[in-house]
Amino acid sequence: MEQRIDQPGQYSNFQPVFDLELCDGCGECAVQCTFNEIRIEPRGDRKIPVANRQACGACHRCEVMCPRRAIYIEEKPLALRKHAVWKAADLKRVHYQSSSGAVNLTGFGSDKDLPTYWDNLVFNACQVTNPSIDPQREPMETVTYLGRKALSRQEAIKSGSNGSLIKLKLPVVFAPMSYGSISLNLQKAIARTAVEKGLIWYSGEGGLHEDLYPFAGHAVLQVASGRFGVNPSYLKVARAYQIKIGQGAKPGIGGHLPGEKVLSGISQTRMIPEGSDAISPAPQHDIYSIEDLRLLIYAIKEASGYKPVCVKIAAVNNSAAIASGIVRAGADMVYIDGFRGGSGATPSIVRDNVGIPAELALAAVDQRLREEGIRNQASIIIAGGFRNSADVMKAIALGADAVAIGSTVLVTCGCHGCQRCHSGKCPWGITTNDPEISKRLDEDWAFERLSNLIDGWSHEMKEIMGLNGIYDIGSFRGNRLILRGVGLSEKELDILGIKHAGE
Amino acid sequence: MCGIVGLINSNRIKENGTRIKKGIHLMNDRGNGLGAGYAAYGIYPDYHDFYALHIMSTDEKSMDRAKQYIDRWFNIEHDSSIPVWSGKIIDHPLFHLFFVKPSLPPGERGSGEESDDDYVVSKCMELNKTIDGAYTCSNGKNMGVFKGVGTPLDIYDFFQLDNYEGYSWLGHNRFPTNTPGWWGGAHPFSILEWSIVHNGEISSYGINKRYLESFGYFCQLQTDSEVIAYLIDLLIRQHGLSITEATTVLAPPYWSTIERMEESEEKDKLTTLRVIYEQAMLNGPFAVLTTFDAGMFSLTDNTKLRPMTAGRHNDYTYFASEIASLYEMDNDITDIVTPRAGQPITALFNEESAGVNL
Ligand code: SF4
Ligand code: SF4
Repeated sequence: MEQRIDQPGQYSNFQPVFDLELCDGCGECAVQCTFNEIRIEPRGDRKIPVANRQACGACHRCEVMCPRRAIYIEEKPLALRKHAVWKAADLKRVHYQSSSGAVNLTGFGSDKDLPTYWDNLVFNACQVTNPSIDPQREPMETVTYLGRKALSRQEAIKSGSNGSLIKLKLPVVFAPMSYGSISLNLQKAIARTAVEKGLIWYSGEGGLHEDLYPFAGHAVLQVASGRFGVNPSYLKVARAYQIKIGQGAKPGIGGHLPGEKVLSGISQTRMIPEGSDAISPAPQHDIYSIEDLRLLIYAIKEASGYKPVCVKIAAVNNSAAIASGIVRAGADMVYIDGFRGGSGATPSIVRDNVGIPAELALAAVDQRLREEGIRNQASIIIAGGFRNSADVMKAIALGADAVAIGSTVLVTCGCHGCQRCHSGKCPWGITTNDPEISKRLDEDWAFERLSNLIDGWSHEMKEIMGLNGIYDIGSFRGNRLILRGVGLSEKELDILGIKHAGE
Repeated sequence: MCGIVGLINSNRIKENGTRIKKGIHLMNDRGNGLGAGYAAYGIYPDYHDFYALHIMSTDEKSMDRAKQYIDRWFNIEHDSSIPVWSGKIIDHPLFHLFFVKPSLPPGERGSGEESDDDYVVSKCMELNKTIDGAYTCSNGKNMGVFKGVGTPLDIYDFFQLDNYEGYSWLGHNRFPTNTPGWWGGAHPFSILEWSIVHNGEISSYGINKRYLESFGYFCQLQTDSEVIAYLIDLLIRQHGLSITEATTVLAPPYWSTIERMEESEEKDKLTTLRVIYEQAMLNGPFAVLTTFDAGMFSLTDNTKLRPMTAGRHNDYTYFASEIASLYEMDNDITDIVTPRAGQPITALFNEESAGVNL
């Protein structure tokens, strides 16, 4: 006899609510919902939408697309008995998991209520003795160079040109999101924005689609454990290369693009058969030590004609020591991804319980490289949950050379954070390559939105520099006196290397 | 707001502090009585080969510990207390002068202490850090810094600067804002041959300080201006930059200006300097006057939020925050220069005058 412990959709937390006075039964919502939450039924002489109460994830696609503004999304009451230990999510996870025996997957960043230190940091500001600078009237500059820099003028003369340094107009870069995890349209829009705005974009481990070769001059192409898409021309065209060791959303584990998502374009770009699972192993199988990493760094440098090499690691407790090793192994950039980082598909048990906040790792790495006198040898790029320009500027003041944004890019293009990226059915056409759904995201439109975001952040970042009396981002970078902590313990302040507010 | 003045004779003709005092006193309103100071070059001709350590201490005990420390790391050729007249200033620290040379031969020194200069910097940083209440005011050769809490007249009289003869002088009148008015925090700030006086506030202090720490400079004096002296020492002495290159690093041209330049060696050089020395760049309002063994130069920030003027008359060059002070020092000035934002003005001794009248 079939036994159940939950109804299909019982634990779906949301549901669309229809205002039938406004609704004219056009049926658009049912078309828009890729999760089949809405069906259209006859009622007397008219048609009305009905919620299936099964799968709504609050992506808000139906609400936004409804021509009559007749929908809103409601949080469904879930009257489970309150329990200090067994929260609703815990019950739900067990019920769900025991129905299949599989690993619970999720997308987007962790929603667990662990501290986001950016929210406990505030900027100082000029008053009287040093004037603030008005960005509307004075030049404000955010030019940033990434890569290995000489320690002194003598050393620069000895080593020759700055040719291999990467110039950014703003210390913001686009985080690695592979073609496959996101749609080709979006990747093109990202690449175009990077070129247009003088930034760089990271490819993620998905190879480089032929349409993106024209944008490779601003690309940092990834060499990860699956080696997908790595071929001789791939190793020539990029501005720089990234070796991926770890990812903030899933430190210590590999990646998996399910076979159903490996469609023809992806199969060609990744150089794997159509329909086959694309597995990125947890470690790179030729890197079991720092010496091995050094070999790969130099192999890539040799193959690429000495382009800069970036090594990406997840933020963990000994990030500082690891970063020091990475720099000494020859990397020109260290990319640190905090536990707030987004992900196309991650076991939720890993996403919510592994890794440390980017803020703490950044502070420790910057300080350690300085103490060892090798801070000039590599730039630090930080990622993992940057939501706005203030987060970015706080990271710069802590010591980052640049900040990478991933989830923010998705949000810019319509993502409402429904955490179902792994489903391949992203209703906004962002994290899917299903031709029918992904065409919802128009490349030109996405390009315009991303450009607007960068422009807006640029204005705000200059405003924050100006109110601190600083006209160049270089004097902001690593200037921890600008930051103060609110409500943080001595230990936290100590690790962040900042003072408490009021001090 | 602060007042700064400087005077230099390019033929190393010496004079006592009278004129520099007049120059700074005229700008009394630019200070508030919580700090003033002077630097004088050429004042110890008999010991011109020795590092002259001006040590300040809060009490006898810390001065004794400082003496022991100096005795341990240096050969002391001569030492004496610095004469002071405490008629007006009752409560003041103690001042002592040591003429020294490193006691350890280069082979036996710690890393980064190989040259005599590095050794002196390293040991004095260590002294400031480890001996409570004792600080190095200056440690260059044939020069000294005299500073404290008081008006320019108070401090002048306190150190009896009528009795010193120098060929270049700096004066400073302080209006402390972001840090306390205390004796160590008065200007000039000095390291080896470099002394600086500063009017302004360094918004980039947080990163300048961290940058300097990785080169072994530790800021102990609770004030932003200190970093300027160390940066100049790092750039010019350690990294071999010319004065122009160093001032370019401190107040660099905007990126937009560099980008507009034709491709050239100059453009490459400016780019390189900006890239390498990003953390040494000064931000915030400043006018700085620097004295060193070969002369004197002034620098202002890129938007010139603090004033600086210079005047010339025969062998003399004068610098001051206000033009009136220039005339107060020399009524016959022939030539007044008002530098543009970020533009340095340099006055060097004549080559021939080197060695004359040391
Ligand atoms: S899943 Fe999205 S489109 Fe479907 S009902 Fe919910 S909010 Fe609307
Ligand atoms: S990208 Fe799409 S699927 Fe993923 S959280 Fe955003 S809206 Fe949901």
